[in-house]
Amino acid sequence: MSLSHTDIPDPTALEREVETEGVSQGRLILRRFLRNKIAMISLGIFLAVVALALSSSGIFGIPGWWKYSHTDLPKLLDGGKPTLSLIPEWLGGDGIHLGEHPFGQTLIGIDYFAMTMRGVQNSLIVMFVIGILVAVIGTVVGAVAGYYRGWVESVLMRFTDLIIIIPVIVLGAVVGQIANQHFQGLGVLGLSIVLGLFLWTGLARLVRGEFLTLREREYVDAARVFGAGDARIMFRHILPNAIGVVIVTTTLVMAAAILLETGLSFIGFGIRTPDVSLGLIISQNQTAFSTRPYLFVWPGVFIVIIALTVNFIGDGLRDAFDPRQSRFVPRKMKEQVKA
Amino acid sequence: MVSFIARRLVVSVLLIIGAAFIMYVLTSLAGDPLEEFYQSRLPNREQLMAQRIERLQLNVPVALRFFLWLGGAAKCLIPFADACDLGLTVQGQPVTELLPQAMGATLQLVTAATVLAIIIGITVGIVSALRQYTTFDVFVTFLSFLLYSLPSFWVGVLLKEFVAIGFNNFLRDPVIPIPWVIAIAVGTGLLWVGLIGGDMRRRLTVFGVSTLATAAVLVYFNLSNWFITPALGPVVVLVMSAGIGLVMVALLAGIRNRRALLTAGISVAITFVVYFLVQPLLNISSLYTLMILAAATLVVGLLTGFFVGGPDRGQMMRIGAFTAVLSAGLILVDRYMRAWPTYMGLSSIRGRPIATVGAETPNLVGDIWVQGVDSFTHLLLPTLTLMLISFAAYTRYARAGMLDVLNQDYIRTARAKGMPERVVIVRHAFRNSLIPIATIVAADFGALLGGAIITEQVFAFSGMGAMFQRGLSLPDPNPVMGYFIVIAVMAILFNLIADLTYSALDPRVRTR
Repeated sequence: MSLSHTDIPDPTALEREVETEGVSQGRLILRRFLRNKIAMISLGIFLAVVALALSSSGIFGIPGWWKYSHTDLPKLLDGGKPTLSLIPEWLGGDGIHLGEHPFGQTLIGIDYFAMTMRGVQNSLIVMFVIGILVAVIGTVVGAVAGYYRGWVESVLMRFTDLIIIIPVIVLGAVVGQIANQHFQGLGVLGLSIVLGLFLWTGLARLVRGEFLTLREREYVDAARVFGAGDARIMFRHILPNAIGVVIVTTTLVMAAAILLETGLSFIGFGIRTPDVSLGLIISQNQTAFSTRPYLFVWPGVFIVIIALTVNFIGDGLRDAFDPRQSRFVPRKMKEQVKA
Repeated sequence: MVSFIARRLVVSVLLIIGAAFIMYVLTSLAGDPLEEFYQSRLPNREQLMAQRIERLQLNVPVALRFFLWLGGAAKCLIPFADACDLGLTVQGQPVTELLPQAMGATLQLVTAATVLAIIIGITVGIVSALRQYTTFDVFVTFLSFLLYSLPSFWVGVLLKEFVAIGFNNFLRDPVIPIPWVIAIAVGTGLLWVGLIGGDMRRRLTVFGVSTLATAAVLVYFNLSNWFITPALGPVVVLVMSAGIGLVMVALLAGIRNRRALLTAGISVAITFVVYFLVQPLLNISSLYTLMILAAATLVVGLLTGFFVGGPDRGQMMRIGAFTAVLSAGLILVDRYMRAWPTYMGLSSIRGRPIATVGAETPNLVGDIWVQGVDSFTHLLLPTLTLMLISFAAYTRYARAGMLDVLNQDYIRTARAKGMPERVVIVRHAFRNSLIPIATIVAADFGALLGGAIITEQVFAFSGMGAMFQRGLSLPDPNPVMGYFIVIAVMAILFNLIADLTYSALDPRVRTR
């Protein structure tokens, strides 16, 4: 155990522990988050989608439970109509079953369920890679700029301004086109890394702001008196107090990232055939809407589910980290007045 | 202040140059304009390549080429010199020739969407904040999250399918089925209950009245074949403008204010008389006539307020102007509606008015009203697509901002000293909640221009986004840079406006 302000034994702590068990900040936040119904339901649905996408088509070479892959060419059955049925028999339906091709087949016979799952998987990969890169780069840049100030801050923040001027979708399109021209082999991972390298600017600004105020606190001086180095002060002392901004912003960036990736693939600068993206298959099937709407609906539904649940999770996290928002309740105030 | 603006401008110019450099290098990496020739077997291949190299100055290294481009772009800053040079396309056409038309189309789209999103989004957000934790608030919150998570390309195609094709099919036999009438009426009733709130008795009254009124209107539409020959008519114009006047008085002065009622009443009466007088003039109007009429309406409204006067002359002038302009808007809507049958009957429309592609019907013949209806039917869906997403964002901001303001001590003070709730909400809370929103809106406008790329693609709209996309995939670097420089200048300009607005609205923020 090393010395930092959290590890110094507080002389009064022993007495207090006898009275009530101390609750740490993290535990409070976690408890608030777990109590948020919408966020928990969203988390459940999101994890279910992740599990479905990963288990059905497999990942990292591990085969999944679904019989087709997005490259197989089975025979076209019944004109490629979807076989998914969700109405039970006692309601006059066909009973709940998946059938041979639950989401139907494309014109040349590729199983659409496998394609959609592959697209969901790719979107999730893009989302998480972008999330990790944004969190790491944004935090480091913002922390260094806010902590050191002076010329370091000027250089880093002017650089951030420079990238922020270029709209995300424009930057994404150009970068996606470069990724497709030069790194054909990298595919999804390459695209998401390149995108992640440019999306951290918003977070960096927010983290810098937090660091600018937190670096003036007494505990930072205390840590410095104890001989802690800059890196230690930044990442062990200040960062835990600014982690809320990082987590919430990263979650919201991740929700935006899936819309960005599918949008870019839709206009042709993102993921390309033979690989699958939800945006790409929507773009390929938009003209077929009136004849084969099932080819169009499912990818969109999955995009909405993922983006919506991640947005709700982000909002729940924001409420958990900063519970000040919901104070004004006219009805409650009236009840209090009456009582 | 002047030195602040000057400093900001200098920094902005440097930032734009830097960002343009990054874009230039990235664009040159994104594709080689000569690529199509490498595989080609044309006999004059060498000659074509040499021509393109010369046009795009490809024999100069990228970093230097950027400064050549920058030199040309810098000439755009010289006023009236017409020396603007943003390079040539691969076909040899100057980018400056392409830009104005593309900019016009996109600005039309984005402006309409932004204005609507601001008005509707802020209204809904504020009402939702005032009714926090009611069913209405939960519904609005969920809706805004949902809209925020919708991919615009998906929504666009859905709108095309259901709104455009659905409505066009509906027009073949324009009668709303009875179950639909009931469903729409009940839905509208519930919406009004949520908006107005109150105790049980008031809720029931509001629900009953609004449901019956909606049902009556829909039945009237069915019976009078309204969707084929729509019009408001003088009576509806009178009733609606009286309603507008009442709302304006209730919001700005309080319904008991006699002078305010008088001002609004005079404005409405003038509108009603003008409705009959102006029809022959409208039939032969051009765009300029309409602009002059609009200015005249504003002046008449202001004058009404001025002459009614009283202790609060400014307030009366505001009421007069708002009522006059909005009521005159109804006359305009009425006139556009009367052009609808003519438009439907045109050979190029053939009874299917709502368009799914393009910005206008090619080779359209017709007066200003038919042209206006034509732009409306083309802009409707792309504007809706763009609007839904910004609407969601503004609702969230407005709601959060309003809740934030309502928690402030000065609101409690205002309530404690016995201010009517209307004054607390409109004067104290609403105005202050607008400050952060104003900055967000201004900053967002730049981002929305960029976001129009996807919407333009879905609706085959030949604006800036289409230019960018074509340039990037060809590859044709100069249109891409032309697009970028417009977007960047817009973004910087609106950010500057945002900062200035903030300092103008909030005296605590000083610009040094």
